[in-house]
Amino acid sequence: MRISRLLIANRGEVVARIARTARRLGIRTVGVYSEPDADSPALHGVDLAVPLDGVTSTETYLSIDALLGAAERTGADAVHPGFGFHAENPDFARAVIAAGLTWVGPHPDHIAAMGDKIAAKRIAADAGLPVLPTVAVGDGRIGVDIAADVSFPLLVKAAAGGGGKGMRRVDDAAGLEAAVETARGEALRSFGDDTVYLERLVSPARHVEVQVVGDGSGGAIHLFERECSIQRRNQKVVEEAPSALLDDARRKRMCDAAARLAAEIGYAGAGTVEFVADPDGEFFIEMNTRLQVEHPVTEEITGIDIVELQLDVACGRGIAVDQDDVAIDGHAIEVRLYAEDPALGWTPAVGTLHTYRRGTGPARYEDAVASGIEVTPHYDPMLGKVIAKAPDRATAAELLAAELDELRIHGPATNRNTLAATLRHPVFLAGDTTTSFFDDHPEVLDADVDPATLRSHLAAVLWARQARHRAADGLWGAAPSGWRNVPSQPQQLRLGRRATTHELSYQVDGSSLTADGLGDRIAARVVAHEDPWVMVELDGVARRVEISCAADMTWANSTMGQSAWRELSPFPAHDPTLAAGGPAAPVPGTVVGLLVSAGDVVEPGDPLVLIEAMKMEHRIAAPARARVTSVRVAVGDQVDTGDLLVELEEVD
Amino acid sequence: MGLQVLPTRLDTRSDEHRQGRAAMIESLERVRAEHAKLPTIGGERYIQRHRDRGKLLIRERIELLIDPDTPFLELSPLAGWGTDVALGASVVTGIGIVEGVECVIYGPDLTVKGGTLNGIGLEKGLRAQDISRINRLPLIQLTESGGADLPRQAEVFVRGGTFFKNLTQLSAAGIPVLCLVFGSSTAGGAYMPGMSDYVVMVKGQAQVFLGGPPLVKMAIDEDADPEELGGAEMHSRVSGVSDYLAVDDVDAIRLGREIVAGLNWTKLGQTPTWPPDPPVHDPDELLGVIPDDLRIPFDMREVIARIVDGSRFHEFKPGYGTQLVCGWASVWGYPIGILANNGILFSEESHKGSQFIQLCNQKATPILFLQNITGFMVGTRYEQGGIIKDGAKLINAVSNSKVPHVTIMIGASYGAGNYGMAGKAYDPRFVFTWPSHRIAVMGAKQLAGVLEIVARSSAASKGVEVDEEELTARTTAFEATIEHQSQALFATGHLWDDGIIDPRDTRTVVGMSLSAAANAPLETAAGYGVFRM
Repeated sequence: MRISRLLIANRGEVVARIARTARRLGIRTVGVYSEPDADSPALHGVDLAVPLDGVTSTETYLSIDALLGAAERTGADAVHPGFGFHAENPDFARAVIAAGLTWVGPHPDHIAAMGDKIAAKRIAADAGLPVLPTVAVGDGRIGVDIAADVSFPLLVKAAAGGGGKGMRRVDDAAGLEAAVETARGEALRSFGDDTVYLERLVSPARHVEVQVVGDGSGGAIHLFERECSIQRRNQKVVEEAPSALLDDARRKRMCDAAARLAAEIGYAGAGTVEFVADPDGEFFIEMNTRLQVEHPVTEEITGIDIVELQLDVACGRGIAVDQDDVAIDGHAIEVRLYAEDPALGWTPAVGTLHTYRRGTGPARYEDAVASGIEVTPHYDPMLGKVIAKAPDRATAAELLAAELDELRIHGPATNRNTLAATLRHPVFLAGDTTTSFFDDHPEVLDADVDPATLRSHLAAVLWARQARHRAADGLWGAAPSGWRNVPSQPQQLRLGRRATTHELSYQVDGSSLTADGLGDRIAARVVAHEDPWVMVELDGVARRVEISCAADMTWANSTMGQSAWRELSPFPAHDPTLAAGGPAAPVPGTVVGLLVSAGDVVEPGDPLVLIEAMKMEHRIAAPARARVTSVRVAVGDQVDTGDLLVELEEVD
Repeated sequence: MGLQVLPTRLDTRSDEHRQGRAAMIESLERVRAEHAKLPTIGGERYIQRHRDRGKLLIRERIELLIDPDTPFLELSPLAGWGTDVALGASVVTGIGIVEGVECVIYGPDLTVKGGTLNGIGLEKGLRAQDISRINRLPLIQLTESGGADLPRQAEVFVRGGTFFKNLTQLSAAGIPVLCLVFGSSTAGGAYMPGMSDYVVMVKGQAQVFLGGPPLVKMAIDEDADPEELGGAEMHSRVSGVSDYLAVDDVDAIRLGREIVAGLNWTKLGQTPTWPPDPPVHDPDELLGVIPDDLRIPFDMREVIARIVDGSRFHEFKPGYGTQLVCGWASVWGYPIGILANNGILFSEESHKGSQFIQLCNQKATPILFLQNITGFMVGTRYEQGGIIKDGAKLINAVSNSKVPHVTIMIGASYGAGNYGMAGKAYDPRFVFTWPSHRIAVMGAKQLAGVLEIVARSSAASKGVEVDEEELTARTTAFEATIEHQSQALFATGHLWDDGIIDPRDTRTVVGMSLSAAANAPLETAAGYGVFRM
């Protein structure tokens, strides 16, 4: 059997990833897109794309009818679910198969079995894998290996869970009942199933997972392990292969066990057997029945295209690779680039992505964003992944960090500095990565470009800005920047960067720029300026900085990092009515209504006073959000034009 | 551009150049030292008091008002030098770009005698208004003043009326007049907003009334509250004297900028059409162009070569009347004609200059005058040759020429040469001075010598013997006085120019002047007085 046209039922970078392999194998591809994703660069890689009506995931990428309709419309004969969305939904897999299409994934029963974490543990235990003591709580079902005396700390987890939802840490018996109740509520809301279980907490823990591929008829290989310990909100952020934790013996033990599990259940396609590990041992926690986000690091060290293996197995061609031919070559690290602010509790960031430009180093990118797109709040805020491979781990880490420094991402906040700081952190470099890395090293959350780079960036920003102003001056553009025949004061400017407002002053003299307001005085010389590049010489070192602008934002990029600067107007906005103290009577008349009293806080448009004049009722409304400080009139008063009616003061 | 690039013969390593440069730098440093005093001329105590009231200093207001990174050309900055009036005469004037429009900006310095007006400050303000009128530049007044400096009221009262007349005449001429009122502006000062097209008042600070509470009490026995009588809120809501109410200084400047942005301003003069590339020869060498001794002649082409675009100059009549260099060039792309002195004016030079001025009017080209003139030639031969008639031709041509004139007084400016070369009295659009400049009826030494001759012949006619000792003392003292009054600082202190500039800034200042002048429609001479033949 051969697949000729593959529907990729997903969005974002995974679409581009799967389409790339499909193209290489001579398979046409079909993409789908929701309304906000109509301009997604992921669709550039597919041959056909089908619009899905709606905005939310439920309306679009999770709508089985819409997806099958798209396959029918385009004549697709196979469906790849990607990861996330329906990748681990047995109902979708069954619907695909029922529609007569090839399902690129494991058997629906395997998806269902592994989807129940309690059941999965039992299967793993049956296959001889070590599992953690677990106690099921919920609708009467019983977990494996009931430990009469659970020990603390432990985790409460949702049986149907994933992505950290419904997961609670409990440190002592007193907190257990409440944690179980909370977790059950959350599990019910998220997964429609309130079954939870208690599991011994391994801490500090390492997350090690083994990539397996089964042929569906009892054959299976492993592609070695990945370590994905560095997580935020229980989501992986930095992933690598191989794991720095394992020695060869332990690696062989774990990988063989994982392959054995896949073989024993007759697993078909790619899957991941996840372990929680500490120096003493490792325990099976779950099996993911899909392609993993972090699969590229495995591909990098093994040279194997996992998507190709998935397609082979789906077509019944079996696995073209012998276990003996799979070897580890070098070390690969992947980071997930998110539009989010780590320093603000990882809050997702949205907005226009003015510029997105990859670095120029030897890195692999799995992304599907491009300059000009909108980052919306509708879906996962991941922009893409960057993967670096090198002969050794330290080199891979530095290659990847340098790539992150060079990336141009102009628009929403991202975690790039946190990622780069993590990759350069001595603890990370020592291989001591645990799931609590960000808790233990919070300084990386607000990681910034280094001060010397920042100073050169500011010098370049100021230089480019004044040059832009001078070039735009159609009157005296030939005069020197900020020329004065009588000394007055330096140019003043307020720039906001991250949470700080910098009150800056600067002066330009020929090719020299002096600036105050960011640490020590900056005394720079501009060696060359050819838009967008400014070559700045500062403290005896020259750096080449690229300057980009959009509206009030200016970004400075160099291979050493990126900084974003917001120009703040020297003229704060004031509402003219509030500036005048409050609204005045527009005409002479009688006050017939008084709708506020002193102390009220009013919103823009709120009616304040009604005045009747010439049989017309004039409604006097609040011009802006304000507090009523006093009411100057009463119902029945005669007022004249210009009489102040209500005194208002600005409130934030 | 087909114009030839001027060669240079300047030997920057010669003793003459080095001495000239050293002398120029010394003069320049004196001027700079005076300029440096200006921003804090009011003294720390008054500056602090002003700041404590939440107010900006006048130069801070101007800095905020003009577009970022644009130049500002302060006018008559050293007015009052050598007089009993504070340096700058307690007012700041200049030209700056506001929302892409060249504007004249005027504002009293509150830290100097409460911003009260003296005679020199008044003349400085009137000159700013002149510049606004002749160049058609919107006028922005940053108003806050204690009114007249009362002990000096005689200097300002009658003449001061001109200021208000000018405001309405500017308005009538289609030149917008803005008034941002930051503080008190009472009595006569009330007419500054009163006569303006657009008025902004700062809440809680601006107070504008004809008579303050004490005067009202005296006149009509009314107990008036100052805010009710003339506060910004009252004027914005009740009297209509104010068009916009500002929350504070910064907000007033924001409103001023918005008003200018809405003027829909278009320049009506010429546009720069020639290549505006910088001079080939280094303007820094201008510091050493002039020999230390003004009596040693120098070639003004060396100056031209460091001012004009690409150092390109097309010389007119190069072989005739060689003491006056005439020709065409451009600055910042604005085509100009140049008249530059290379020596005394003889009849030929006068003829050449008169013809050249007429040609500039014929082709509507502004004129740059570069002065280094000790006067018209004297002596029997020249009087008989009609040097008066010929000088009159040049003055006639200059007086009736209508194209913009910009004058730079570089070396000497003596006698009628000052007139023929568009001195201050001949209404150049702008006139600036180099620090080395000397201006007088004639050189101090010559003037003292003349005085001595006159004294001796007077004594002789009376048959009295000359008291040599007394005469020497008198002549020496006189020469010193003249020398003092001839220097550039004295001249600028008395508003005989629009300011002293660094020679290296000449191109910048000329460019700004030509650009400002191009706001007004380019007129050409309608006719001349009878040329005496």
